[in-house]
Amino acid sequence: MKDAFINRKYVIMALIVLASLCLIIRLFIIQVVKDSYRLSADNNVLRYVTQYPARGLIYDRNGKLIVFNQAAYDLMVVPSQTSKFDTTGFCNLLGITGDLFRKRMKAAVNYSRRAPSVFLKQISNETYARFQEKMFTYPGFYVQPRTLRKYSKPVAAHVLGYVSEVDDGITRKDPYYKPGDYIGKSGIEEAYEKELRGRRGVKIFLVDVYSRVKGSYADGSKDTLAVQGTNIISGIDLDLQEYGELLMKNKRGSIVAIEPKTGEVLTLVSTPNYDPALLVGRIRSDNYANLSADTLKPLFNRALMASYPPGSSFKPINGLIALQEQVISPSTLFGCHNGYLFLACHSHRSPLNLEDAIMISCNSYFCQAFRKILENPKYPSVSEAYEKWKEYLNEFGFGNKLGTDFVNELSGFIPAGSYYDKYYGKGKWKALTVISMAIGQGEVGTTPLQMANMTAAIANRGYYYTPHIVKSVGTAKNINTRFTTKHLISIDSVNFEEIIKGMDAAVNGGAGKTAGIAALKDIIVCGKTGTAQNPHGKDHSVFIAFAPKDDPKIVIMVVVENAGFGATFAAPIASLMIEKYLKGEVSNKNREQSMLNLNLMQ
Amino acid sequence: MKRSINIWNGIDKISIVLFLLMIVMGWFNIYAAVYNEERSGIIDLSQRYGKQFIWIVATLILAIFVVIIDNRFYFFFSWYIYGACMLLLILVLILGKEINGAKSWFEFGGLSLQPSEFAKFGTALALAGYLNTKRQDLTKLNVIIPASAIIFFPAILTALQPDMGSSIVYFSLFIVLFREGMSPYIFVSGLLMVILFFLTLLINNLYLTVALIIIALFLMWFTTRKWKLCITGAGIFILVTAMIYVFDYYIFKFIGSEMVIFISLILSGAAYAYYFYSKKEAAVLIIYLFLIGSILFVNSVDYTFNNIIKPHQKERVEIMLGFKSDPHGTGYNVNQSLISIGSGGFAGKGYLQGTQTKFKFVPSQSTDFIFCTVGEEWGFLGSFAVIGIYLFLLLRLIFLAERQRSVFSLIYGYGVVSILFIHFFINIGMAIGLVPVIGIPLPFFSYGGSSLWGFTILLFIFLRLDASRTEYLV
Repeated sequence: MKDAFINRKYVIMALIVLASLCLIIRLFIIQVVKDSYRLSADNNVLRYVTQYPARGLIYDRNGKLIVFNQAAYDLMVVPSQTSKFDTTGFCNLLGITGDLFRKRMKAAVNYSRRAPSVFLKQISNETYARFQEKMFTYPGFYVQPRTLRKYSKPVAAHVLGYVSEVDDGITRKDPYYKPGDYIGKSGIEEAYEKELRGRRGVKIFLVDVYSRVKGSYADGSKDTLAVQGTNIISGIDLDLQEYGELLMKNKRGSIVAIEPKTGEVLTLVSTPNYDPALLVGRIRSDNYANLSADTLKPLFNRALMASYPPGSSFKPINGLIALQEQVISPSTLFGCHNGYLFLACHSHRSPLNLEDAIMISCNSYFCQAFRKILENPKYPSVSEAYEKWKEYLNEFGFGNKLGTDFVNELSGFIPAGSYYDKYYGKGKWKALTVISMAIGQGEVGTTPLQMANMTAAIANRGYYYTPHIVKSVGTAKNINTRFTTKHLISIDSVNFEEIIKGMDAAVNGGAGKTAGIAALKDIIVCGKTGTAQNPHGKDHSVFIAFAPKDDPKIVIMVVVENAGFGATFAAPIASLMIEKYLKGEVSNKNREQSMLNLNLMQ
Repeated sequence: MKRSINIWNGIDKISIVLFLLMIVMGWFNIYAAVYNEERSGIIDLSQRYGKQFIWIVATLILAIFVVIIDNRFYFFFSWYIYGACMLLLILVLILGKEINGAKSWFEFGGLSLQPSEFAKFGTALALAGYLNTKRQDLTKLNVIIPASAIIFFPAILTALQPDMGSSIVYFSLFIVLFREGMSPYIFVSGLLMVILFFLTLLINNLYLTVALIIIALFLMWFTTRKWKLCITGAGIFILVTAMIYVFDYYIFKFIGSEMVIFISLILSGAAYAYYFYSKKEAAVLIIYLFLIGSILFVNSVDYTFNNIIKPHQKERVEIMLGFKSDPHGTGYNVNQSLISIGSGGFAGKGYLQGTQTKFKFVPSQSTDFIFCTVGEEWGFLGSFAVIGIYLFLLLRLIFLAERQRSVFSLIYGYGVVSILFIHFFINIGMAIGLVPVIGIPLPFFSYGGSSLWGFTILLFIFLRLDASRTEYLV
């Protein structure tokens, strides 16, 4: 039989060969040419489980623990692994409502069926303990340990700051952070975030298609251990801090205490304040909203961010500048007849030398001294003399940020000459135009921290270290060099001695002393009161002080808002603080009691 | 005794070696695909690789039986075998056990049988039986139609289960018809239909209709070289279309654009084509009929696709065409399969080292997606080898078929080649994303008793026929 179509076998053979070739080419492309499939394969089977490090602890200067960690547990769920279970029992176990359960479950499913997502954040120890016993009845749920902050005492909220979960803005800006991470916000937590956070580790597991862990990848050789955060030793004296907050209770204001020899901040109080534990865990967001909405602004750190006119506590610095510029000498006398021009002064003997002027806090004296500074014939014009004056102030750290380790710090305000040029016209303003700055009023604005720093410079007779909250990072004395750099002030130390004599007299002097209330037995406290006029009502009560006179161990600045005279409120508080710090306890229980009972918030 | 020695001498050893090689490779790959460290014995009967061992032993016994039986049995009983298979396909629709929404299985105790696997060789036998005497008449419709019916009948029965994958397999037997003289134009038309099918899914069918008309006009000009007549034809068509459109716009207000074009094409074209036909320009009539046919086809595909076929099937086609990307939905299988094979690289990850395989990322990995294991663990080299073995077997079978004296054996041989080829190409093609996911096994590799036995019988009947190629069947 003749086969007419025998050649068609070649067509069929060609078809088969061609088809096989197609398969081979395609295989070559996906197996040899492209490597994206290999990467996808790794993503398929490798699960990266983050090992969260414990955050570094924070100690006070005496080694007392201030901030530590408590275990918390995030309840995780992998929706695809869950099976039918008793939801009511589950909700009761966790103490959540059925609505919340459905909401969270839906959110988890929407996120991913196969990948784990957080079902419930930060469940408590007790809940975790209860849940753990029954966990096996709820497949698909597991617990991821986290750490939360815990505070040994409900104090120092502004110093410590708080920790919160990172938001999208942060994760976009800094690739280190992943959603779900924690980050320090404000205070030490923010300033030393890099040291405190430690380093995340990762464990790599092999998982099957149902996300079930099948063992560790490459026997754990690619895993990294979490590195615990570095501990921080702060300069805070926890007892003093606690005492300061106690004294400032029901008052609006601030206390800043510094160790002058080092610049370490011993106490930093800003009231009204809040219990730092309020901003931890699941209650954080609600409490934060409440605190933000509070009209008393408890979140606002007055010590760093409030600008006050310093009032009379500014007089020592003007005296110093006048001495250094040699426009006065310690024995120069100025008369006072209940005031100078339009600036009133209280009744006191006249005329006065520098020491008495500080002791009595004579407005007239400092106005005349200030006038002499600005009308110094050494300088061709008032404005040039003014610039020189401003230079001194800047040396003391006014008008600029001090450069502390706090993140939010106000620079305060010392007007430049050009400020007045703009206001009055160049050359059209005179010493009398700005005379109120002689007594710390007018345009000048300072923060409590800056005032404390100025006091430290006086106590040190001409130098200071930038105030800082942290004594040491880790166990080694590891601290930024900017805190160990001495800032020298171009005023001779003999001039400081003259001013200190006045400040000594103000507390421990004779008739007319303005701060006698701050005097302590056995300790020579040097101080200066201030009564800062302000547009927000009653005067702020201000007091700066240091002690002991010859070997200063503490400088302190107290401001009590809208309280009245410096001597009435700020001075006794400062005095109590000094005694507490130097002696460990206060002797004048009556004074302590009256300050504790004082309520200015009614 | 003498007879069996003859069979052993005559049987094709190369094919048998290739067959054994594939079965063993398949078994090892099934072992890897369902590998379980706790049950690592390859003959553990609770696991698929253990069961496959039983199927393999059974299939070898089956192969020996098939070879021992007299070659004339297959010739004389081809119709009875076909009939029995069709009966089983009908019975399974009534008595079958429904698994995954398809009634494809008979269950006897613990043993499941899939009759469609056996209907494949039954159909090949019947086709060979029918064409044995009519091979030179395949140009004629009165032979093509019954031959097609033999193929369509099991295809339709399988489609009713529904098992579209196995149903498509029968259409490969048209390769046999082509070998035996069926006009290649039928294939070309088929190919055109496939192209039109995809274009329909891609392009708005109004544009497609207009494009087809323009192509038809161009073809008319190309065959007749009478451009004036072509333009006249186009003019008549446009005029009629415009008239019907205006008519519809003001009076009926419901005929769609496609319908307007279709009606005017029939009205204007009929007279026009008849004019050409009378002028002995038969080509024009053919072009015209093709055009009408294409437009009908395009519109019916469009309708079918949007209104008749099931959403998941629609999605599979759409994903294969790249219209849709949905890695966790319908495309999940293919995507995981691609990842698995692609991650194998050039030399593979090594036997039992495939992570995708081990952790069950690919569904049905021991059955339809068995090639993933090959691709991942043996890499490009292994894949190349498997394709090479298939290619070698298929070409060897063509060589064997062509050396037959008996037309029956030759046609059956091509039937074997066609069925094995379509399984091979679609199965591997779907695993690497070349063709849509059509669930059919990879012959001799995939897990499963029915398919292994079906393919073994299919192959060994041919080897038995080949062994006695010197004898005449009739």
